[in-house]
Amino acid sequence: MSSFKPIAALLALACALSPSIAGAADEVADLRAELQTLKNEHATRVGALEARIDQLESTPAPIATEATQQQPAAAGSRSSASAFNPAISLILGGSYTNVSQDPDTWRIAGFMPSGGEVGPGERSFNLGESELTISANVDPYFSATMTAAITGEDEIEVEEAFFRTLALPSGLTARGGRFFSGFGYLNEVHAHAWDFADQPLVYQAFFANQQAQDGLQLKWIAPTELFAEIGAETGNGQTFPGTRLGRNGLNGETFFAHVGGDLGASTSWRAGAFWLEQRAEDRSYDDVNEFDEPVTNAFTGKSSTWGMDAILKWTPQGSGGRRQLKVQGEYMHRKEDGELMFNAEGLGLSDAYRSEQSGWYLQGVFQFQPRWRIGLRYDTLDSGSPRIALVEDGVLPPEAFPSLLEAAPDRVSVMLDWSPSEFSRLRAQYAWDDARAEGQRDRQFRLQYLYGIGAHGAHKY
Amino acid sequence: MLQFNRGAIALLILLAGGQAEATVRILATTPDWGALATELGGDRVNVYVATTALQDVHRVDARPSLVARARTADLVIATGAEIEIGWLPVLVQESGNPRIQPGSAGYFEAAAQVSLLEVPSRLDRSLGDIHPQGNPHLQLDPHNIAAVAKALTARLAMLDTGNADYYRQRGDDFNARWTQAIARWESKAASLNGIPVVVMHRDQAYLCHWLGLREVASIEPKPGVPPSAGHLGQLVSTLSASPPRLILINAYNDPKAANWLSERVHVPVVTLPFSVGGSPGASDLFALFDDTINRLQAVHQ
Repeated sequence: MSSFKPIAALLALACALSPSIAGAADEVADLRAELQTLKNEHATRVGALEARIDQLESTPAPIATEATQQQPAAAGSRSSASAFNPAISLILGGSYTNVSQDPDTWRIAGFMPSGGEVGPGERSFNLGESELTISANVDPYFSATMTAAITGEDEIEVEEAFFRTLALPSGLTARGGRFFSGFGYLNEVHAHAWDFADQPLVYQAFFANQQAQDGLQLKWIAPTELFAEIGAETGNGQTFPGTRLGRNGLNGETFFAHVGGDLGASTSWRAGAFWLEQRAEDRSYDDVNEFDEPVTNAFTGKSSTWGMDAILKWTPQGSGGRRQLKVQGEYMHRKEDGELMFNAEGLGLSDAYRSEQSGWYLQGVFQFQPRWRIGLRYDTLDSGSPRIALVEDGVLPPEAFPSLLEAAPDRVSVMLDWSPSEFSRLRAQYAWDDARAEGQRDRQFRLQYLYGIGAHGAHKY
Repeated sequence: MLQFNRGAIALLILLAGGQAEATVRILATTPDWGALATELGGDRVNVYVATTALQDVHRVDARPSLVARARTADLVIATGAEIEIGWLPVLVQESGNPRIQPGSAGYFEAAAQVSLLEVPSRLDRSLGDIHPQGNPHLQLDPHNIAAVAKALTARLAMLDTGNADYYRQRGDDFNARWTQAIARWESKAASLNGIPVVVMHRDQAYLCHWLGLREVASIEPKPGVPPSAGHLGQLVSTLSASPPRLILINAYNDPKAANWLSERVHVPVVTLPFSVGGSPGASDLFALFDDTINRLQAVHQ
């Protein structure tokens, strides 16, 4: 019995091992096959590489000595904490200004000052806004963009900071945060992409250059061959002509629509219409009274604006984009209805106020050579004659509101710019500015530079 | 009620059937990718081309008509490597169309399918209009077209599974005809191998690489930088000493500088179609290469 035990143990062991021995044999066969595959693959790859070396040796080297070939992206796993850095671009701007009138006296006659950085600016050399834009997709559903303007006065302003949806169906896009309102043509265009050194008077008077919403926007594009979009916005209404309201809830709404298309292979166009309404509470502005003493007046009421915009671009076929004519114009009309308070910090007289004001501009910019553009712009405003109850009832003389005396400011501007590349532009602009009251023409000459570094920008139409 | 439900189901089936027959709407950024999509997609695709051969694809406006096309597109076919960076991102963003966002199946870049030449080892805009991923003018090497065709066939089959076999069969057919054509072009152009040429921009790099043309000089001193009088003067003196055989420009280029140089160094200018539609002869992809090689041969002989 004693000899039986080891034999039984051996048998048991053999039984236990036999499947694994069979398995090992299979594995060896597998490994052999795999090795063969690898050898074959290797041979093919070596062959291909040899063929390429032959080809490269027989082909003369390209001129660029720094050139290399890039292989199609390998599925390697390199990781880096900075790989997801957003796109960053910085635009530097500045100007030299020579004006015939004191810039501090500049105002748009007949209109309540919009309070923005409007007008010809300071004399001599001026650092303009440095625009820093940072943007990236957040996740599959949202993208985010921020543009900060660092001003020559050492301030940082958030021009835009918004999220935008990427995955809404049916041509819908929603935006939230602070963004340039989508109405008109120039309202959404950043300062560095303007065709002139400044905005048309109508934008300066009606929107303090351009209106930014702190709120929400919903936009829909129709699934048609003709481009058609409609949009609606609402927000806190804090930018001119609105103000923040001392309560919860929204202030105002904006609606806009655009249509556009091509006329043949060389011409494209877009036209639009918009309407917006906002409330203002104690929207104050500085003025002087009939004795030339400084006073602060304030408007409280409803401000509604409608307008139309149109642009046409002609890029002759065969010019490869070297020549282009761009003609654009916008018209705006505003009604304000409420109360005007005279000398808010003193007398504090308040009574009804109504105004109807309008303005438009028309401009053409022609790129006549690859790097050169010339432009001409005419802009004009009609202040109308506001109905001020304090004046009509004889409480105050009309001269108590010198800013609101009827006027028809206008301006003619010409510009020439030279863009050595897509990233740099130098501009000279001359304007005959009759924005002040009659007989105070300002001759404005400006030299401007714009330089962009970082991510390659993409511009809207 | 049952009757109505049956009717509704029948209607749904009809609608679904209609869906399967529906075409894939394609927005191609250049005529070449438009032509390739038509070759591969036949009557199952509806192709709209954003640019013509007479436009510089880098300098195109994000026109409203293009935003409208992007809105309804099932597939965007772009060259990639940043050649369309000034306008395509705007189209994609403004379109409100989640199908064509980069990374989704409806966004296809040709440059991702091939090995790009001239990947800069140094990224600095003082070097001119360079592209970080490499030279994007890749369509003038027919081997690249073959690689893009293969990937595009797979993409169409993936997007429109109902017609996958149709696309594969057309892809095989195109590949067979294209391979034959490449052999024909290569034998016809064999005599061009090694001849010295002057180019306008870096956009003939793939053609030169393919046919073995030797680029001895470029009229643009740096990519995208127009030639100065000084640069042209220097070209005249260096090229007079060892004259090239041809000066190559594209249909959309301004011929002024090339003609000026041609008169002084007595070398003929050849205007190449560059893209489908760039010459009366270049009516499709096959004709593009036929015409290109004919034009080179005609002046070379």
